[in-house]
Amino acid sequence: MKAPDYVAEVSSVPIGDILRRYPLAVDYLANIRLVGVDETKTLPEILENVDEDMLEEFGLDREEVIFHFSAFLEAFSRMEESIETISSITILGWRDKAGRPEMLELTVTPGEVVSIVGPTGSGKSRLLEDIECLAQRDTPTARQILINGSVPDLDKRFSTGGKLVAQLSQNMNFVMDLTVQEFLEMHAKSRMIPDSAAVVEKCFAVANSLAGEKFTLDTKVTQLSGGQSRSLMIADTALLSSSPIILIDELENAGIDRREAIEILVGNEKIVLMSTHDPLLALRADKRIVIRNGGVTKVIETTAEEEQTLHKIEAIDSALLVIRNQLRRGEIVTEESIPEFQER
Amino acid sequence: MKLITVAGPPSSGKTSVILKTIAALGLPPGSVGVVKFDSLTSFDHQRYDEQKIPNQTAFAGKICPDHHFVSNVEGAVEWGMKKGLSVLVTESAGLCNRCSPYVNGILSVCVIDNLSGINTPRKIGPMLKYADIVVVTKGDVVSQAEREVFAFNIREVNASATVLFVNGITGQGAFMLARHWQDTLDIRTLRDRKLRFTMPAAICSYCTGETLIGEMYQMGMVKRMEFDDESP
Repeated sequence: MKAPDYVAEVSSVPIGDILRRYPLAVDYLANIRLVGVDETKTLPEILENVDEDMLEEFGLDREEVIFHFSAFLEAFSRMEESIETISSITILGWRDKAGRPEMLELTVTPGEVVSIVGPTGSGKSRLLEDIECLAQRDTPTARQILINGSVPDLDKRFSTGGKLVAQLSQNMNFVMDLTVQEFLEMHAKSRMIPDSAAVVEKCFAVANSLAGEKFTLDTKVTQLSGGQSRSLMIADTALLSSSPIILIDELENAGIDRREAIEILVGNEKIVLMSTHDPLLALRADKRIVIRNGGVTKVIETTAEEEQTLHKIEAIDSALLVIRNQLRRGEIVTEESIPEFQER
Repeated sequence: MKLITVAGPPSSGKTSVILKTIAALGLPPGSVGVVKFDSLTSFDHQRYDEQKIPNQTAFAGKICPDHHFVSNVEGAVEWGMKKGLSVLVTESAGLCNRCSPYVNGILSVCVIDNLSGINTPRKIGPMLKYADIVVVTKGDVVSQAEREVFAFNIREVNASATVLFVNGITGQGAFMLARHWQDTLDIRTLRDRKLRFTMPAAICSYCTGETLIGEMYQMGMVKRMEFDDESP
């Protein structure tokens, strides 16, 4: 349907039916202070009885409201269709800060995890940023990003408005004064998901399975602990975010089940890139990019031996968790809490 | 010379966004200038001075900031032309959520921050509704979901705008904004161009210095509130 079709529909169909067909329409009316309208009337009939001065405050007259409202319905129905399918992204390198060529031609597909390692200030965030803005040899690093093997068209690059990439970092907090349920419902609404109740429930269950300490649907998101917040953010990004690519900037020590977190993201066919030094995360990735002095020096495929060591690292990690919990419970830490590790 | 109008609520990060975008433009020093329109006082000129960016500050004082803007923006363009700037940025604070210092054909940028409350986009009005680009700042400290809902609320008010996330501290995202600035129209003057939206109306006795309260002291454009008149 095109905008003129919406104009015809809005002009002839009672507003009550319009509101049922397009659940977002109620927001548009609320934004111009039209609430509690007679649902049996059409929008032009309703506007007959609306003070013109009030509409003028919004920069509209009666006729413009109808066009503007139709454009709104058209824009949001278009947005519903334009959910991207991305089958791969490719990162092509250029040169590091010293002008040495960068060893980088890497293609990542949905379900794959790539970790990014390197000293502080080496350019990890810069790489994430190149991906976010779909760099075309025009950022300071001169890298190029391909989508599905080809150069993304300029329009797409400028219009996606950050929808391609979701970001998660240690510094993020919830600021909305909402309960977990209201929060998830609000996000589902913005995604225009038809069966939001089921998604909300699933998201809540997944978040709780990641979190060390459980929380309820009526907990305020601002009252969640660090680990609970992170769990909710991961579950929400995996299940409710439209973005096919997820960039993670440091998630260590977040008090969550990191293995399961990665599995949830990957299981939802996301492309995951994460900057991390947590061995449990970095070694769980399929590949890891090594950055030094602004350039990628190596791409390492996680070896079978490294995967073997994961079991031992997990044992060390859970030993630390036992000690942490002992402290939390007010107990005394003894020699027995610390397992023996084989000497080299 | 390219003219960019940047508006946004106080402390939303306009100056930081402008500074990072100027850096991302990569033009020769001194070729991008800023005219800051503020109300009472402003410290932003210090930040522009530090970066050696030619800048001027104008204070509206007791005049409506929007009216002050529109009666001086042509002069600002003349100043920019005289200085030989290739890009001129005007920065103005939308203090009553009604300001929209945008001109037809001139790139208009509205800056709002992700911390300002989820319904803010719905309350800002013409300043957001008539913008070509909406820049969201402080997105790095809130969750992905809140960024998405915020962007959605922006689109509900202005479905045609490009929404960009810019980090005013690290400059992440400023590169994309700079690309939009580069593509904008070159002008020599603003004369005879039209505002996108009417300025706030303000011709009443209080505009001209009246301080006494009471109907007998009110003249001109007065909007009377209707209260619920039911007895308890």
